Amino acid sequence: MSAPLVHFKEDAQRVAADLRHRGIIQTAMGKYEVVRDQRKLWFQDWQGARNLAARTKFEAVNHLDTHLGELAKNLEARGTKVHWASNAEQARNIILGILREKQAKVVVKSKAMTSEEIHLNDAMEKAGYEVVESDLGEYIVQLREEPPYHLVFPAMHLTRGEIKDIFQKKLNDAPSDDPEELTMVARRQLRKKYIQADVGITGANFAIAETGMISITENEGNARLTAALPKTMITLVGIEKVLPRYEDLALFLPMLAVMGTGQPLTCYNTMYGGPRQPGEADGPEEYHVVLLDNQRTLLLADAEQRDALGCIRCGACLNVCPIFRNVGGHTYGTVYGGPIGSVITPHLRGLQEWKHLSYASSLCGACTETCPVKIDLHHHLLQNRRNASAPTSGKPSFFQRLAFRMFAPVANNAALWDLTTRLGRVGQVMHRWIRGSAIDPAQAWTKTRELPPIAKQSFREWWEERKNISDQASSNGEISKN
Amino acid sequence: MSERENILTRIKEALSQEAHAHHGRGLPTVAEQRQVLPRVGATVDEQFALFAKNANDLRATFKLVGREAELATELKALSAAEQWQRVATHVGALTEVAVKLLGLPTLTTNEGYDKHELERCDVGISECDALIAQTGTVLVTSRSAGGRALSCLPPHHVVIARREQLVPDLPAAMALVKQKYADNFPSMISFITGPSRTGDIERILVLGAHGPKKLTIFCL
Repeated sequence: MSAPLVHFKEDAQRVAADLRHRGIIQTAMGKYEVVRDQRKLWFQDWQGARNLAARTKFEAVNHLDTHLGELAKNLEARGTKVHWASNAEQARNIILGILREKQAKVVVKSKAMTSEEIHLNDAMEKAGYEVVESDLGEYIVQLREEPPYHLVFPAMHLTRGEIKDIFQKKLNDAPSDDPEELTMVARRQLRKKYIQADVGITGANFAIAETGMISITENEGNARLTAALPKTMITLVGIEKVLPRYEDLALFLPMLAVMGTGQPLTCYNTMYGGPRQPGEADGPEEYHVVLLDNQRTLLLADAEQRDALGCIRCGACLNVCPIFRNVGGHTYGTVYGGPIGSVITPHLRGLQEWKHLSYASSLCGACTETCPVKIDLHHHLLQNRRNASAPTSGKPSFFQRLAFRMFAPVANNAALWDLTTRLGRVGQVMHRWIRGSAIDPAQAWTKTRELPPIAKQSFREWWEERKNISDQASSNGEISKN
Repeated sequence: MSERENILTRIKEALSQEAHAHHGRGLPTVAEQRQVLPRVGATVDEQFALFAKNANDLRATFKLVGREAELATELKALSAAEQWQRVATHVGALTEVAVKLLGLPTLTTNEGYDKHELERCDVGISECDALIAQTGTVLVTSRSAGGRALSCLPPHHVVIARREQLVPDLPAAMALVKQKYADNFPSMISFITGPSRTGDIERILVLGAHGPKKLTIFCL
């Protein structure tokens, strides 16, 4: 078993049985579902909007080279320095290079999943910089030295009590466990940091090729301040974030808000097109945009699953996923969790090591149905399963082959099948005594689940019986033949 | 080869295999966008009513004020209630009127400013580029609203707009930005929809996470 699989199994087992965790997630998701559904109805035609969004992303991703070139050209024309990074190490080195050159001490960050992806905070802290996450949820998980739990709600798994405790421990400032008071603690702490910071680092939600702009969506205003006050601003953005035209935002901004948080529009949707321009009051003297590949081109090369690059990271597929809701965000062991993470992680980090995520799904299709850009998520999970077990990856394991060798003759012989079913019924009665114990052959299943009883009557038995009854009935002329 | 060329080459190679367009091709037109986006009334009155409703839902304050005298009364009431000591603003026809009415120590951001001083201001008063009826949004840019921080750092953001600045929907706002600034975009364009907020603690709404706790929009 690969190390990520071992981690997944252990955590999944622990979290799925944790009723407290389940309660927190159900409450949070319940609130989300209500507002999301209201907002979908606010659109004149939500399904139509999904189609337009899917079409826009198809054009964006399938002409990525053209749009990316245009984006870089337009950014550079207005004084932005554009950097290209093929992998995580290059991206880290580019950013560390800028920090060195600027002789920075304090770095303030707004939420960026790409920075989690390249482990940027670790690298900056090891190099001696003070790094502060400014999004409230990110700030909380940073204090707890944890990765974010969810793409949109990083601290969703925590109660106010836990947040109070960590504020008390790390900041010595926690007047109560009231969410408003706790938020004000973070507000006070972080205001100092925006002003003090030498460099601000952000992620991006969209990159507009036509006008050369980075679009950032946020509720708190932390990204606005990160982009306004430090002298140098850096945006780390995946190459797949490109939208062709400025007006595409008219569709994507409200769709992202509806699916992400159930809002009509997120509080701040801000487009940055360069450093401070002549005649402007403020803004950074330098603006750097780092375009990150990091295996995205590998996913791009898979024409079947290319649409996964259209993801706008709204988190909607996580929210509806029965697996995510039971095993939680940390169990995945990946930056991108939930269905979309299970689809793209094997591409970004290696199919064999991460193929188990393709099975972290009930294939119910709720993710595909909710996705605002219509990524065919649950079929991609199936395709990953297929690709992972392709002939090149070797034969099935010995036990699998043995099991099927034993199953085949039984399934091929009606009498034998019948006998097995009957034996199963008897066996199940006896199974009651060893259920869940160490000698229970079905232990893996019965530890946390009910084993459904084998039906008292098999289909064939039922059919025989029914045939007899209906033969009798028709000979008595009780059922008309029509 | 530079990394730029490496990446662009990899993209070209990846795209050599064509993907199936399951949901159609071609970028949507604005008319297509409008068919799916939320409905907006046709008349200006309907649009103002919609903006007011949206602002209210967002916990922003929206007031139509007839004349300057009315604006003066409103501003002075706010100032007294919140005990404003210092005001931040930018050069502009509407902001100048407002600031003169208040008669408080004023920081003007246009020529650059001290960050600590701006942080000590009780209110940021700015103009805007547009009000968007569909979503209750205020559209500002670094050029129309005194830079990037004025509308975000002080705890209260007061916007002074003119009636003609109301646009019906998001596509109209996007078109306005492109038309107004096509040859020279401001370095920041921000769609502000309500006061700063967070739901990061148990998904409970708290206003004023990092940006303004209050957003007041006066429309002359």
